[in-house]
Amino acid sequence: MKISIGKPKSYIQYFISIGSVCIAAAIGYAISGFAGYKVIAYILLVTVSLLSMFLDIAPVILAAFLSALIWDFFFIPPRFTFQVNTTEDILMLLMYFIIAMVNAVLTFKIRQAQKIARQKEEKENTVKLYNTLLNSLSHELKTPIATIIGATDTLQNNSMKLTANNRIELIAEISKASFRLNQQVGNLLNMSRLESGFIEPKKDWCDINELVYEVVKTIEDNKISQKISININPDIPLFKLDEGMLEQVIYNLINNATQYTPPDAKIDVMAMGYADILQIIIEDNGNGFPDDEIDHVFNKFYRLKGAQTGGTGLGLSIVKGYTEAMGGTVKLENIRPKGARFTIDIPAKTSYLKNLKNE
Amino acid sequence: MNKAVIQVIDDEAQIRKLLEIALQSNDYIVQQAANAKDGMILAANHPPDMIILDLGLPDEDGHSVLKKLREWYTNPILILSVQSSEEDIVKALDNGANDYLVKPFRTGELLARIRSILRTAINEDVNPVIICNDLQIDLSARIVKKKNELVKLTATEYHLLSLFVKNEGKVLTHHYLLREVWGPGFINQSQYLRVFIAQLRKKIENDPNRPEYIVTESGIGYRFVNRE
Repeated sequence: MKISIGKPKSYIQYFISIGSVCIAAAIGYAISGFAGYKVIAYILLVTVSLLSMFLDIAPVILAAFLSALIWDFFFIPPRFTFQVNTTEDILMLLMYFIIAMVNAVLTFKIRQAQKIARQKEEKENTVKLYNTLLNSLSHELKTPIATIIGATDTLQNNSMKLTANNRIELIAEISKASFRLNQQVGNLLNMSRLESGFIEPKKDWCDINELVYEVVKTIEDNKISQKISININPDIPLFKLDEGMLEQVIYNLINNATQYTPPDAKIDVMAMGYADILQIIIEDNGNGFPDDEIDHVFNKFYRLKGAQTGGTGLGLSIVKGYTEAMGGTVKLENIRPKGARFTIDIPAKTSYLKNLKNE
Repeated sequence: MNKAVIQVIDDEAQIRKLLEIALQSNDYIVQQAANAKDGMILAANHPPDMIILDLGLPDEDGHSVLKKLREWYTNPILILSVQSSEEDIVKALDNGANDYLVKPFRTGELLARIRSILRTAINEDVNPVIICNDLQIDLSARIVKKKNELVKLTATEYHLLSLFVKNEGKVLTHHYLLREVWGPGFINQSQYLRVFIAQLRKKIENDPNRPEYIVTESGIGYRFVNRE
């Protein structure tokens, strides 16, 4: 019989079953001087019922058998024999045995039914979650595709009716849509790379200053309205880590901030080096995260309640995945007076090889 | 000057079409091949001024095509590759490709790269005095000036800069730079390169954090850009 998680292992179950019956019998034996043997039958019966609540069916049936034998041998007169003299006692023993069995089987059945209901519910939840994800994902992928198809159709079929301005606008929409599509596909590829479990950080010496400025430049090329300021200690050492992964982490965090903060928000990027730990902080003065959702934002496909469309809910889970693949941690907190702060800590070898000026 | 002939080797008809239109409308002559075998035969029969080679071909690995072409073909080769394959790109550059572009790419970027590659290819013997905006580099006198003021460079810094200048517009991989400047035993000592690039930028760039001359090619190497 398969034993589900959380219940004692099978040999322990038999041990508990036999032990409990013996204890109940000992109690019965102790009180047999003033309590009648019928009262002891009830004590044993209660024991079997209690066992059936948390043990598998086989140990419970064993308890039922054992307790019936014990009752017969130790308590039904003549005591210390299996002999039963009166018809009443025979009937009682038989009924004792049936009640114990029915008890065991019924409880077991109820537990089985509960288990099936729970599994069904879990499955339904998974299906529901999966459908939500699929809907959001297909929406995020199909919207830009619809834009591209629609715009190109219009350009092909109504070229005579379109003003020069219309044409420029349509082409700009195609460009925006393909950029968006490219980002979404990039996210999905990163995610599947992480999920495959085959990612090994490729470590090499990184100039954090150079890396952060490069990422910020890429983001600023997308014509964002927020102001990004960078604050890195000029004496920060070189760190040995996976440049591509770190870039992706910083890119996703800053990109996330530019997408979900007001246009006049300010984004601060800071990097510090401690003893063999690189710390990167990305802070904004936007609206922060709802406190009850902070714990969920790194979950795959999680989107804030009421979030605008245009994201897959993958960006931050990739941040977490890559940071952890590098052996680091990521933390999110709201800050005062307002805004959010992401703190990344990554352990890495450092090199202070900075004074080679005479070579 | 005659129109330059560019050969495209790519198995995707859509990419070939796109390149054909972009290149022809910019006065290049285009010849095409859809697989490695046809590409190599075409290049041998009608050697083009430049080849654009896709790394993911159906009949043969792009790297092996590149190696075979490089046995006899000396004109520039530009690599097209799909996203996220830094190793592929570094390998191709180390095997003699002049430059690379990752798909999806902007055609504007592609044309700029082609112009830069063809220009460098024509000026095979580098002019000893190179002027880029406020930067002046005299390779024969080993003098570097910024805004007409002498820039003091260490021997290593000068060696790096001269490599960049001689390969203007071309991506130089980390391994290549380490081997050329420090020697074959140093190809995994990238910390030297990081430090010296940072030092060199402090001396020649207007804003070392937002370099205009020595541009980073993330995970691959560096490129010297001359924006006239």
